[in-house]
Amino acid sequence: MVVRVQAEDFDSGAEIAAFERDAALAGAGAVATFTGLVRGRDGADGPAIGAMTLEHYPGMTERQLEAIEAQARDRWPLTGTLIIHRHGRLEPGARIVLVCAASSHRESAFEACAFLMDWLKTKAPFWKREETPEGDRWVAAKASDDARARAWVPPKS
Amino acid sequence: MKVLYFAWVREKVGLDIEEVSPPDTVLTVGDLAAWLSTRSPGHKDGLSDLSRLRAAVDQDLAQPDSPVTGVAEVAFFPPMTGG
Repeated sequence: MVVRVQAEDFDSGAEIAAFERDAALAGAGAVATFTGLVRGRDGADGPAIGAMTLEHYPGMTERQLEAIEAQARDRWPLTGTLIIHRHGRLEPGARIVLVCAASSHRESAFEACAFLMDWLKTKAPFWKREETPEGDRWVAAKASDDARARAWVPPKS
Repeated sequence: MKVLYFAWVREKVGLDIEEVSPPDTVLTVGDLAAWLSTRSPGHKDGLSDLSRLRAAVDQDLAQPDSPVTGVAEVAFFPPMTGG
């Protein structure tokens, strides 16, 4: 159960490989992972996109990510999770976030990974500012992201 | 208490953090935003429309009616766009 918030890049391959090995030795047979990236263009034929800067709320960010991770553990039988989220200025092609979830079976791993991302997007205090030819602009939150986060029903008590 | 601002709220207010001592009549996050809005035109611009904002009290997400009496830290910011 690891949460890291950092400006530095991370090596997805090495992170996932280490996570997989720990997960398997802890009894997991399944790992699901998600990597979020800075796009170079908006869609395959869309206009080019510049760099972006991610601002965050130090202290609260870690606290919220740990709370989201604890929610995931309440909902699914997970043997391990990893969340790495970057901040600062990121060029197109850069990695922003890596989420890994390990469980004994794939359903829990897939669902927990999707849940972690959906909740992270709307509850962790990060804000993206995009560089465009017309100047910098703050990225607006999407109603569809709110809807996805709300769609996860509360855990059975 | 400390009040923190992030993203475009920070830019409009013109501050990232300030120490304030609101009067006893300020009981909730909504009261605090309304009181802060009177401090400068930038505060008014950044904080007057609560429907566009999110808030945190002592680093937990809060609602307009969340109490602020005795808390150490309140933050105002736009809806989050991480991931």
